[in-house]
Amino acid sequence: MIDFIRGLGRWGLGTLERLGRATLLLVQILTGLPELMLRFSLVVQQLFYVGVLSVLIILVSGLFVGMVLGLQGYNTLVDFGAEESLGVLVSLSLVRELGPVVSALLFAGRAGSALTAEVGLMKSTEQLSGMEMMAVDPVRRVIAPRFLAGVISMPLLAAIFSAVGVLGAFLVGHGLLGVDGGAFWSQMQAKTDWYDDVLNGVIKSIVFGFVVTWIALFEGYDAVPTSEGVGRSTTRTVVHSAFAILGLDFVLTALMFGE
Amino acid sequence: MTPLIKIRDLHFYRGNKAIFDGVDIDIYQGKVTAIMGPSGTGKTTLLKLIGGQLRPQRGSIVVDGEDVHKLSRKALYALRKRMGMLFQSGALLTDINVFDNVAFPLREHTELPESMIRDLVLMKLQAVGLRNARNMMPAELSGGMARRVALARAMALDPMMIMYDEPFTGQDPISMGTLVNLIRRVNDAMGLTSILVSHDVAETAQIADDIYLLSGGKVIDQGTPEQLQKSGSGWVEQFMQGLPDGPVPFHYPGTEFADDLLAGEEHR
Repeated sequence: MIDFIRGLGRWGLGTLERLGRATLLLVQILTGLPELMLRFSLVVQQLFYVGVLSVLIILVSGLFVGMVLGLQGYNTLVDFGAEESLGVLVSLSLVRELGPVVSALLFAGRAGSALTAEVGLMKSTEQLSGMEMMAVDPVRRVIAPRFLAGVISMPLLAAIFSAVGVLGAFLVGHGLLGVDGGAFWSQMQAKTDWYDDVLNGVIKSIVFGFVVTWIALFEGYDAVPTSEGVGRSTTRTVVHSAFAILGLDFVLTALMFGE
Repeated sequence: MTPLIKIRDLHFYRGNKAIFDGVDIDIYQGKVTAIMGPSGTGKTTLLKLIGGQLRPQRGSIVVDGEDVHKLSRKALYALRKRMGMLFQSGALLTDINVFDNVAFPLREHTELPESMIRDLVLMKLQAVGLRNARNMMPAELSGGMARRVALARAMALDPMMIMYDEPFTGQDPISMGTLVNLIRRVNDAMGLTSILVSHDVAETAQIADDIYLLSGGKVIDQGTPEQLQKSGSGWVEQFMQGLPDGPVPFHYPGTEFADDLLAGEEHR
C-alpha cells in the first residue's frame, strides 16, 4: 500500500516536472520567434518538411472521409426526402469537426512523430550539444523554426482536408447517388457561416497545430538519448497528441458551439 | 605564467555519486594538456563543465580570466565562440554536407560574403586533408574522416582553444596516426591551447605536454609523460602500462567468490 502511494507520488511529481520543462521550452521558443522573423528561410525549409510533405496523406484521407460522409449522410437524409441538404451536412461536419480533428490526428502521426524522431536523434548524436558549443542556441536554431512551421501548416492542411472532403462528398452524392448539384452547392453556401463555422474551425486547427507541434518538439528535445528512448518518445508524441487533440476538441466545441 | 584555464576545488555530483571531488587543474596557453583516466571518471563531464553546459556544485572554472559559471548567457555564448570542441562522435549535422557543416559556425556568427566563406572553409578543409570530400554527406564518411571534418569545423572561427573528447577511440592505426599528428600540428600552427581527453595512453603520451590522471573524482598524478612513466605509484604504473590487475582490481568489489559459491540457492 505504501509502495503504491509512493509510486503515485513519484509519478505525480515526475509529470509535474515534465510539464514544467515543457513550459520552459515553450517560453524559450516563443521568445526566440521575433529573431526568427529575420531568418524566415529557416521556417520556409521546415514548412516544406512539416507541411508540404504531409499534403498527400491529407489529400487522400480527406477525399475518402468526404466520400464516406456523402454515402452515409445520403442514406439517412433520403428517408426524410432531404437529400439536397447533403452539402450542408458534409460541409458543416468537415469544417467544424472532422477537418481540424482528423487532419490534426494525421498530422501528429505523419509530421509530429517525424519531428520527435528527428530532434531526438539530433540529441542522441550530440548534434544539439555540438551546436551549443558552437555558441548556437539549438532552441532558436532547430526547435523554433519547426514549431512555427507546424503552427502555420496545420490550419492550411485542415483547410485542404475540408475542401477535398467536400469534393469527395460531391463526387459520391452527385455523381453516384444523383443528388442535384445546384442544390448541393447552394444550400451549402447558404447554411455554412463564415464566422461561426469556418473561423471556429480555423481557430481549432491553429490550437491543435500549436499543441501537437509543442508536444512533438518537447518529446524530441527531452528524449532519453538512446535508440530506445527516442522510440518511446515518438510513441508518446502520437499518443499524447491524440489525447490532447480529442480532449481540446471537446473543450473548444463546448466554448464555441455550447449555447 | 598564468594558466589559460584554471580549475579550482571542482565538485560535481550526479545524484549521490561524486564525479569530481575537489579537482584542481591548470591548463597553459599553447600546450596540449591531456586529461586521462579510466572510463567513467568523468572526463567528458569535465569538458562539458569547461564549456558551461553543466554547472558544478562547488568550485570554479576560469577560462581566459572569466568564471564560466558566473557569466550571463550572452557572455557565455561569446566565450564559446572562442572555444572549439570536438565530440567523440563528431556531432556533425547529418542533414547538410561536409562543406556546409564547416561553414555552419561562420554563417551563424559572421556576416561574411559567401565567396569568403567558401575560401575559409576550403582552407580549413585543406588543413585536415579533406578538401576534396567537401560534397560528401556525414553518413558517407568514416569515423576518422568525420572527426577531421569536426576538427575543421571547430577551427572555423579561429578559437583560442580546442577540446577533444576521446578523439582516438575506435580508430584504425592509419586514421589514429593522422589524428595524433593533426592535433599536435594544428595546436602549434594556430597557436592554440588543446585539451585532450583520452584513455589511449601511447597516443596521448606522444603529443601531450602535460598529463593529468583522474580517478575516483580526484587528480591522482600530474606531470609530463616522462615524469608519469617513471612515477613510483602503483596505480599510475598500472594505468600507463595497461596492466589488468593491480591497485585497480580485475574483479568488481563485493563478496568473496568462495563465499558466493557456498551461499547456496537463496542468495543470488
